[in-house]
Amino acid sequence: MLVDVKNVTKSFQGTKVLDDVNMQILSGDRVAMMGPNGAGKTTLIRAMLGFYHINSGKILVNGFDPIKQRVKVLEGISFIPQLPPPIKLSLDEMISFISKSSGVPKEAIYEEASKMDLDVKANKHKQFLKLSGGMKQKLLIAIALSKKSSLLVFDEPTANLDPRAREHFYKLLTNLDSSCSTLFITHRLDEIEGLVNRKIYMDLGKIVEDEKI
Amino acid sequence: MKNLLLVSYLDIKESIRSKWFYVYSIVFGGLMALFFITGISDSAVMGFTGLSRMLLIFIQVTIIILPIFILITTVKSISADRESNVLEYMLSFPISLKDYYWGKMLGRFLTVFLPVIFALILGVIFGFTKSGDMPWSMIFLYSALLFSMCFVFLGIAFFISTMVKSTDIAIGSAFMIWIFLLAFIDIALIGLMLQGRVGDGFIITSALLNPIEVFRIGAISLFDPELTVIGPVAYYLLDTLGATMLIVYSFVYPIVLGVLFSYFGFIAFKKKDLL
Ligand SMILES: Nc1ncnc2c1ncn2[C@@H]1O[C@H](COP(=O)(O)OP(=O)(O)OP(=O)(O)O)[C@@H](O)[C@H]1O
Ligand SMILES: [Mg+2]
Repeated sequence: MLVDVKNVTKSFQGTKVLDDVNMQILSGDRVAMMGPNGAGKTTLIRAMLGFYHINSGKILVNGFDPIKQRVKVLEGISFIPQLPPPIKLSLDEMISFISKSSGVPKEAIYEEASKMDLDVKANKHKQFLKLSGGMKQKLLIAIALSKKSSLLVFDEPTANLDPRAREHFYKLLTNLDSSCSTLFITHRLDEIEGLVNRKIYMDLGKIVEDEKI
Repeated sequence: MKNLLLVSYLDIKESIRSKWFYVYSIVFGGLMALFFITGISDSAVMGFTGLSRMLLIFIQVTIIILPIFILITTVKSISADRESNVLEYMLSFPISLKDYYWGKMLGRFLTVFLPVIFALILGVIFGFTKSGDMPWSMIFLYSALLFSMCFVFLGIAFFISTMVKSTDIAIGSAFMIWIFLLAFIDIALIGLMLQGRVGDGFIITSALLNPIEVFRIGAISLFDPELTVIGPVAYYLLDTLGATMLIVYSFVYPIVLGVLFSYFGFIAFKKKDLL
């Protein structure tokens, strides 16, 4: 089992944001996670990535604890955040950080990026912060795909992309290794319909619906 | 270790591009330049001549402004990354919190320490060519004091940065700490002493606990305690403890304090929610 979330509760200032959540992701699962704003989707993902200390319950990713064995957990996950972060490093520096910390060859990132018409080498010395919204998103996607992970976690990855880029992105995803699982947070199921085989609906910190499609 | 160095290298690169780093370097380099232009190094007043006098003034000014510079610029380092979600992304890669935190700290240390030590070296070189004297013990002591000064305030800043979630509060608390420490240096302590409301023990203890005061005392402890530049508390300590003890204390105590604060900062970083 890739991800095992068991009876997880997380509160912020006394309000339960995750309320006794149970969820399992097996390898090969392509999950679309939906739910209204504030349902707790991002919080659940962040708990899986070891950013939050949960109040009760247990999370295992590839059999590892996200807090106690964060490096092991993160080695197997590629993550794209909800909004591109304002990173002040140049593309070159940012890519060396990723390449050195995660063991991804730089060339692999350039190659993934060029599949989405993003020329990283030409913008090498630009700060990430100064790229256009769509370019940022493309680079984050290229990084996530070139890092060979068993789980891809995307928090609304296509929000900033133009239709053409979105199409490219989905095309890239159809070529994913079949053993690789994905967890998409999205508000537009119609767009990723062909890419997912399971749908999870969250509301008020609970999983209210979980079905295969 | 590899990742720790990577984090510090990138932090240094980021700092070097930022505005605060220019302001910071210009202030300390400029301070030295100013001393030459105004001829402080030429005059012989109060028993100091040339280079020694200039270094003494440089360290006195630095003791006041360096802490606030370090606190304000560093206190944002982790809290701002957290607020802007940069931390969320950077820490989604397999890098241990230990490497990240101590790497940031090492990077910051170099960016705050190198400009002041360069300013000092600059002063020494120019002063030497002008006056020909080379007060080795003073140069050595002041380099050591600058080192431990950078270290303790960096430790405090990292502690605040991890404890506090918002950048505004972090900057506010850094400022409060600086004001508070300044309020308890010699000038203020003498007021308390004269009023006779508090015992000598309290005054001596608060002087020895306050890193800014400790640096002031350390910086002048090479000189004869009869000198008028020394405040009453410093005079008293120098007289009772002796110069060597004070010099060792003024270097070691801030380092210990810095280690404690940065370590508690690290514990908070590990034990609390990262975002
Ligand atoms: N670090 C935090 N501190 C305090 N409250 C938080 C924190 N993070 C999230 N929350 C609260 O938790 C709730 C769930 O937030 P979360 O970001 O998980 O929602 P979401 O399902 O991702 O929503 P959206 O679709 O808008 O992205 C919200 O009410 C939010 O205000
Ligand atoms: Mg969200």
